[in-house]
Amino acid sequence: MDIDTIAAISTPMGEGAIGIVRVSGKDAIEVADRLYKGKMTLSEVESHTINYGHIIEPSTGEVTEEVMVSVLKEPRTYTKENMVEINCHGGLTSVNRVLQLVLNEGARLAEPGEFTKRAFMNGRIDLSQAEGVMDLIRAKTDRAMNVAMNQVEGKLSKRIQTLRQALLETVAHVEVNIDYPEYDAEEMTLEILQEKGTFVMKEIDRLLQTAQQGKILREGLSTVIIGRPNVGKSSLLNSLVHENKAIVTEIPGTTRDVIEEYVNVRGVPLRLLDTAGIRDTEDIVEKLGVERSRKVIKDAELVLLVLNHNEPLTESDQELFELSDEHDTIIIVNKTDLVDNIDMSKVRNLAGERPVVTTSLLMDEGVDELEEAIRDLFFQGDLETGDMSYVSNSRHIALLNQAKKSVEDALEAVEAGMPVDMVQIDITKGWELLGEVIGDSVHESLIDQLFAQFCLGK
Amino acid sequence: MSYHGGEFDVIVIGAGHAGVEAGLASARMGANTLMLTLNLDAVAYMPCNPSVGGPAKGIVVREMDALGGEMARNIDKTHIQMRMLNTGKGPAVRALRAQADKFSYQHEMKQTIEETENLLLRQGMVEELMVEDGEIKGVITQTGAEYHAKAVVVTTGTYLRGKVILGDLSYESGPNNMQPSVNLSYNLKDLGFEMVRFKTGTPPRVNGQTIDYTQTEIQPGDDVPRAFSFETTKFITDQLPCWLTYTNGETHDLINNNLSRSPMYSGMIEGTGPRYCPSIEDKVVRFNDKPRHQIFLEPEGRNTKEVYVQGLSTSLPEDVQHNILKTIPGLQNVRMMRPGYAIEYDAIVPTQLWPSLETKKISGLFTAGQINGTSGYEEAAGQGLMAGINAARKVQHAEPMILDRSDAYIGVLIDDLVTKGTNEPYRLLTSRAEYRLLLRHDNADLRLTEKGYDIGLISEERYNRFITKKEEISAEIKRLEKTMIKVTDDAQEVMKQAGAAALKEAYHADVLLKRPELTYADIIKLAPAEKVLDADVAEQVEIQVKYKGYISKQLEQVGKLKKMENKKLPEDLDYMSIKGIAMEARQKLAEVRPLSMAQASRVSGVNPADVSVLHVYMEQGKLQKVGQTEA
Ligand SMILES: Cc1cc2nc3c(=O)[nH]c(=O)nc-3n(C[C@H](O)[C@H](O)[C@H](O)COP(=O)(O)OP(=O)(O)OC[C@H]3O[C@@H](n4cnc5c(N)ncnc54)[C@H](O)[C@@H]3O)c2cc1C
Ligand SMILES: Nc1nc2c(ncn2[C@@H]2O[C@H](COP(=O)(O)OP(=O)(O)OP(=O)(O)O)[C@@H](O)[C@H]2O)c(=O)[nH]1
Ligand SMILES: [Mg+2]
Repeated sequence: MDIDTIAAISTPMGEGAIGIVRVSGKDAIEVADRLYKGKMTLSEVESHTINYGHIIEPSTGEVTEEVMVSVLKEPRTYTKENMVEINCHGGLTSVNRVLQLVLNEGARLAEPGEFTKRAFMNGRIDLSQAEGVMDLIRAKTDRAMNVAMNQVEGKLSKRIQTLRQALLETVAHVEVNIDYPEYDAEEMTLEILQEKGTFVMKEIDRLLQTAQQGKILREGLSTVIIGRPNVGKSSLLNSLVHENKAIVTEIPGTTRDVIEEYVNVRGVPLRLLDTAGIRDTEDIVEKLGVERSRKVIKDAELVLLVLNHNEPLTESDQELFELSDEHDTIIIVNKTDLVDNIDMSKVRNLAGERPVVTTSLLMDEGVDELEEAIRDLFFQGDLETGDMSYVSNSRHIALLNQAKKSVEDALEAVEAGMPVDMVQIDITKGWELLGEVIGDSVHESLIDQLFAQFCLGK
Repeated sequence: MSYHGGEFDVIVIGAGHAGVEAGLASARMGANTLMLTLNLDAVAYMPCNPSVGGPAKGIVVREMDALGGEMARNIDKTHIQMRMLNTGKGPAVRALRAQADKFSYQHEMKQTIEETENLLLRQGMVEELMVEDGEIKGVITQTGAEYHAKAVVVTTGTYLRGKVILGDLSYESGPNNMQPSVNLSYNLKDLGFEMVRFKTGTPPRVNGQTIDYTQTEIQPGDDVPRAFSFETTKFITDQLPCWLTYTNGETHDLINNNLSRSPMYSGMIEGTGPRYCPSIEDKVVRFNDKPRHQIFLEPEGRNTKEVYVQGLSTSLPEDVQHNILKTIPGLQNVRMMRPGYAIEYDAIVPTQLWPSLETKKISGLFTAGQINGTSGYEEAAGQGLMAGINAARKVQHAEPMILDRSDAYIGVLIDDLVTKGTNEPYRLLTSRAEYRLLLRHDNADLRLTEKGYDIGLISEERYNRFITKKEEISAEIKRLEKTMIKVTDDAQEVMKQAGAAALKEAYHADVLLKRPELTYADIIKLAPAEKVLDADVAEQVEIQVKYKGYISKQLEQVGKLKKMENKKLPEDLDYMSIKGIAMEARQKLAEVRPLSMAQASRVSGVNPADVSVLHVYMEQGKLQKVGQTEA
């Protein structure tokens, strides 16, 4: 039996909101237990049960995900080893977060087809199926490679290569100091290592952010339209969707429940949510709606806050500004065709850095500006449209997270006053992990770099 | 006319650095051994730099010592200077280097050989290997002697079809105008070995009396006495310094103006040279923005004025070499004694060897040293020792001794060679070792003495000393783990002296020792040991405690690796029939024929999926069927 515990995300990417992190191996239950908080520990629960609980960040004890965990004790499992399946609801980001925590606790990222391989090795699948197992490993690997190739073409691959090169040069520099101590190369100091490490860590973070953008591309940026009753929220949804999806009436409080629509705005896919207007009210039904809106805002990635140009700002409006304070928000002042009763300077004041757009949805004015504002917010001038690549493969995200962790370890070692050649162990690991993302981890390239970078000889 | 020369267990061809270790090990293990070499005045001859050790290489020397090799003891007796390198870095990369007295080194080694039981040193050139049915039977020399043996170790260095190149002059020759070995090279080819052509070079030597040392910087040896061997008790104290000077713009112009006369650039050289020791002309061309290059002046011995000009390896014509020397501060009036030159030679492709260094083609035939595509005395010696051990074990019907990558640099070296091969002369570098924190120079004895003892190359007395040392180390670590250091005035004083933060609470002694500012010496001021420990025991305690986190991490990885190493693969596995493995990987595996799953995973072009498939295939038991149909 293999000694190490493996883990991987087992739902295919982007399909459905539930993702499963599968863990298999002798220590699977122990590993999961270190992250799990529920009524009982996972080692205490019975085998083949599903348990409700939370995943915590073990270093801080902070709750990160709400999960359902299946505990399957050996030998009656797919791999004939202890297995744990952690079901997460929060889509790609949360599954990846959980996977990363599992890997931090000592599990290893599974190779393509490895669960099946283990099933076979442990006698779960009989000999006659061996061919099939080998084909499957091959096929899964080829597919993973294809995905890898597609994913890493273009910008992303270039960015990773730049990063790797930075690490490689650093490592080569450390190596030259070690292997040629008398050679007149500048001594690589802990300070330089720290500087490089910090730079690389930031860059990996940026890459991981593209994972976020990649997710948005598939699942849509979750966008909430909020505003007092009758300001034109439903009209806004209809005009972005170019269809009459939501009911529009002059009666305030028309929309009672959340309406969801998908639309692509200038390359940015939005999952649009129209909500009930928020105001202080005694109406129970309406009150519920308001509560629901508040909830929806909490998970939103973009908030469209609609105000009425025809009316002065109210307390409710102020409250809405506060509610959306933490979010990316666009302020829309609607009904510009009607008399100007709003204090625009106050609006801008409350908006702060957040963009303000004026529209008359009735006259179909200002919608272009709004769409542009949405696009700008999403791409942040950081990535150009067109030739864009995103990290979206869960394996790559896991590897990037691991690489980041290695660099973090290196920086910690610097803090602890470890000698350069030890700090370098973790840097090298980071370099190797980044190499796995782009399918290139040849050790020999370090030696190539050494002799290309430095003039060594006798 | 041929004649019967005698019967031996093992014959070693060559008495270079690989040959002497092979012959000594084999004879000491009780095998009746013959060592044949071209010239008895050049036993353990150093054709290039007069030094032994350095990063990675110095660790090899200590590893050999723990296994019962000779290099460490020999250099301890014959050096002119010794230094510990990388003292400012972590313990994993520290290494000893000695400047050798080349001549005493040879004489001392030759005498040791002469005094060794079961070992016959004889001058003679081997021209042919006797092989029957894929098994080695003996060798035939130029003078017609037929020597019979059950195992033969070939360690012919840079001599096979050697060709010296110097400007537009080139001639067949071994290093330093020794005879080349031509027929043996053709014989190896005829026997079916795939050969490659490699190249290396050496700088000129000058008369030290014509150097103006006042224009150079002195490079003295360490004040503390040092030794490679864990057995050495007598230390050499009078040391000779080396000297440092630099090339300059004038040197570089001169070289650039004469490039057309360099055989490197005129295409006369066909062999592949190592990137890590480029000639000065290479350096000037490839790094043309570097204003100066270092030149170390190293005495070749105590009883000679000859000085080795390190940094100036070249194959430019002799007249240009005179002029180049004169551009360098301190060397304006220098008298050159021997010119530098390049040498081309045949080497065998090392993937044709098993990890025991036995050839796959011919049972009982081993090769070691530069003939296997390496370069360097230590690399050669390390292989020689292993080949000698395994030849003797073969004769004694014992399993070969194979060192893992996690056991020793020697293991890394041999595994790299037989698994990956090499397309340039191979030099050991610390970065080639993935577990370098475990493969330290200070713990070579702890890693390998047991093995040396098991094969009979380490004496009972030394083994007992080793066991005592091991016990003392672990007892002391246990003691530190149990001892509390309380917050006292004394303790705060020690912290202050060491520049460490004041204690806020009591700590275990081992935890305190982990603080970067504190040493073992500081700790025992506060937690005195019952008896004062030897310096080398104290050193181990300090290293093992201080770097425990990293060390255990690597040990954990090694644990996993060992599991893979233990998954054996049969020698005759038919890789071409395993469909799930990618075609390129199948071909590579069929060529290398790895002996374990771990080795298979290191073959270049073999990816984890291929290894997985191989795993499943093995499990499936098809194997036996394949074995049977082939048998
Ligand atoms: C010009 C030059 C420059 C070098 N530069 C460097 C350097 O910069 N750095 C470095 O690390 N290493 C360098 N080396 C390499 C180093 O010298 C060798 O790696 C090392 O000596 C190899 O040891 P060996 O035992 O394999 O072979 P050698 O030391 O070459 O010994 C070969 C032995 O085989 C014997 N022999 C050969 N043919 C026969 C035969 N047919 N029958 C009987 N005996 C035979 C020879 O007499 C000799 O004793 C250089 C070598 C040369 C020649
Ligand atoms: N004059 C004018 N009327 C508008 C504009 N936009 C929307 N309206 C009208 O305002 C009224 C309310 O519009 P809705 O879109 O239903 O408003 P809402 O915010 O969704 O309202 P509730 O769902 O009731 O909270 C409708 O009669 C719209 O026709 C505009 O730009 N100008
Ligand atoms: Mg509405």
